[in-house]
Amino acid sequence: MKFTKTLATAAAMGLALSGAAFADEDPIKAGFIYVGPIGDLGWTWTHDQGRLALEAEYGDRVETSFVESVPEGADAERVMSQMARAGMDIIFTTSFGYMDPTINVAEDFPDVAFAHATGFKRADNVATYSARFYEGRYVIGEIAGAMTETNKIGYIASFPIPEVVRGINSAYLAAKSVNPDVEFKVVWVYTWFDPGKEADAANALIEQGVDVIMQHTDSPAAMTIAEEKGVYAFGQASDMSAFGPNAQLTAILDNWAPYYIDRVGAVLDGTWESTDVWDGIGAGMVGIAPFSDNIPADVQARATATIAAIASGEFQPFTGPINKQDGSVWLAAGETADDGSLAGLNFYVEGIDGELPQ
Amino acid sequence: MDFSSLNPVAMIVLLVGAATPILLAALGELVVEKSGVLNLGVEGMMIIGAVTGFIVATETASPYAGMLGSMVGGALVAMIFGFLTQFLRSNQVATGLALTLFGLGLAALLGGDYNGIKPPPTPRLNIEGLSDLPIVGELLFSYDPVIYFSIFLVAAVWYFLNRTRGGLILRACGENHDAAHSLGYNVVMIRFGAIMFGGACAGLGGAYVSLIRVPQWTEGMTAGIGWIALAIVVFASWKPWRAILGAYLFGGITILQLSLQALGISISAAYLSMTPYIVTIVVLVIMSADRKRASLNAPACLGRSFHASN
Repeated sequence: MKFTKTLATAAAMGLALSGAAFADEDPIKAGFIYVGPIGDLGWTWTHDQGRLALEAEYGDRVETSFVESVPEGADAERVMSQMARAGMDIIFTTSFGYMDPTINVAEDFPDVAFAHATGFKRADNVATYSARFYEGRYVIGEIAGAMTETNKIGYIASFPIPEVVRGINSAYLAAKSVNPDVEFKVVWVYTWFDPGKEADAANALIEQGVDVIMQHTDSPAAMTIAEEKGVYAFGQASDMSAFGPNAQLTAILDNWAPYYIDRVGAVLDGTWESTDVWDGIGAGMVGIAPFSDNIPADVQARATATIAAIASGEFQPFTGPINKQDGSVWLAAGETADDGSLAGLNFYVEGIDGELPQ
Repeated sequence: MDFSSLNPVAMIVLLVGAATPILLAALGELVVEKSGVLNLGVEGMMIIGAVTGFIVATETASPYAGMLGSMVGGALVAMIFGFLTQFLRSNQVATGLALTLFGLGLAALLGGDYNGIKPPPTPRLNIEGLSDLPIVGELLFSYDPVIYFSIFLVAAVWYFLNRTRGGLILRACGENHDAAHSLGYNVVMIRFGAIMFGGACAGLGGAYVSLIRVPQWTEGMTAGIGWIALAIVVFASWKPWRAILGAYLFGGITILQLSLQALGISISAAYLSMTPYIVTIVVLVIMSADRKRASLNAPACLGRSFHASN
C-alpha cells in the first residue's frame, strides 16, 4: 500500500536554461523523504512548503525531488539509497522513525549530506534539525487551561518518543500554571497519520467530558470532529481553521523554509557540515497562528506576553521547581532543563495521570 | 478507577461508525471472492470512493448523490481490474495490488482541489418518539442511513448467496468454474458483475469515511482500512453474518482501547493497540485448526483465471 511519487523540476529548468546560456554548472540536487502525503495539510505539508521555498529562493541552481508516504523502517532505507544513487547532494529525512535508516544509508554514501529531522543520532555526513515545538505547546497549553470549562483537556498523541512527551509535559505545565484543577487525558494512537483513528480518538475523548483537544498527529481529523461536536482544538503544524472555523483557538505553525534555504546554501558554497539545529519561536522555526476571537482578551494578552518572553529567551517552559510523575525532583526552583535532558525526555511531570508507555 | 465516565451507549455508537466502512468493503469483497476472484485492490477502490463521493457531494450539496457517486467511482476502477483479470487474464494478486497503488495516486490527483472543504452533512435518522427514547433511541434509531443500509446489505447478500438461483450460480463459478461453464453459464461476465459490486461496496465504504466518519478529504485518508476488510473476509470464512461480527469486533476493540486510554487505565497502550490484530490472528488460527471446515468454506477456484478453452 506504499504510494510513492517523485516530482522532477526538469521542465522548468529547461526553460530557464534557454535564457541563461552561461549556466553550465550542474544544479544542486536536494531530496526529501516524507512520512505522510504532501496533502496532509499538517507535518508533511509544512516540509513541502519548505521545499517549495527552496526552489523559489535558488531557482535553477537547485533541483528538488521528494518521495511521500514512505513507511518508517526498512522501506525508508531503500528509498534513501535510491535517492542517493540518483545523485542527490543533500537528502532531508523528515520523520523521527527515519533515524536509524538515515544513519545506515549515510554510511554507504559518505559523499552525500543527510539531514534528519527530530532525531538525536549524528555522523560526519548526518546533521540533525528540529524545532522547539514544546515552546509552542506551552503557549497553547496556557490557552487551553484558561479555556476549558470541564477542566479536562484531551491530548491525541502519536508515539511515546521524547518529542511527543516534551509536548505533553510542556502543555500540561502551562495549563496547570493558569488552572490548578486541570486534568490531562492522553490517548496514544500509534500512528502519525490515520484520519479515521484520529477522529475516533477525538470522539472518545469528547465522550469523557473533554472540551479542549490538543493533538500530536498530522491530519486535521480531530479539528473536524471538534467543530462538529462544538469543542475547542488547536491546529497542528499548519493553520487548520478551514476545518474548524469555530473550533480552532490557534495553531502551532512549523516553518522549515529558513533552515532548508540555509543548509542548501551551505551545500552550494561547499561549507556544509554536520550540525545540530534546534530552533524555536525566537528564530521563527515555530510560529503561532492568529488567535481566535473566542479567546477572551486577557487570555490573548497573557499568551502574547508568553510568546514574547519565550522568543527573547527570558522564559523557558521547563523552569523548576518541577517534579517527575513519581514525585522525585527533576528541576530545583529556578533551574532550567538543558537540551540534553530535553532531547531524551522519557517521563511525565508530576500531576499527569496515566502511565507513559515505554 | 472511575468507570462512571465511560458511557457504553456512546461507545457502541462510535463502534458502529468505526466498523461500517470495514463492513461495507468486506461484504463487497466477500461476494467477489465467492465468485472465485481475489481482488486485493480494496484499499484503492475505497480511496477512489472516498474522493469521488466527496467531490460529488460537495458539488451537488447532497450527501446521497455523493454516496451514489462513490459507488459509481468504486465500480469504475473495479472495472479496470475486471477487464484486466477476466478478459486479459492477468494475475489477480498483482493486478489487485496495482489497483491499490493506482487508486491512491488517482485519488490524490482528483482530490487536489478539495482539501479543506466541508462536505454537506449527512442527516441522522430522527423518528418522532423513537429516536428520543433514552438509551434505545440512541442505540437503535439515531444512526445515519448508511449504517442501516450496511446491515440490510448483510441480510441481502446472505439471502442472495444462499437462497436464490443467482447466488447459487455465482457460488458455482467460485467453486468450480469449469462445471459452471459446462452448464452454460458465462463465468467471465458473472465474475465481472461481482467485481463491479465489490467496487461499489468498497467505494461506499470509502465515502463513509470521507463524508461521515471524518467529514473531510485528505490524501490517503482510508489509511489501510481496505486491508483490514480483506482480513475480515477470511476471518468471516466467507459468511456474511460473520463479516458483521468481525467488523464490529474490530471496530469495538479499536474504540474500547481508545476510550480506556482516555480513562487513564494503566494497561500498556501498546498492547491495547495490538489487540484487534491479535484477536484476528487468534480467530484465524482457531478457524484453520479445523482444516476440513476451513477448506470447505474457501471458494475452490479463488484466484484462478478462467478461459473457456481450458
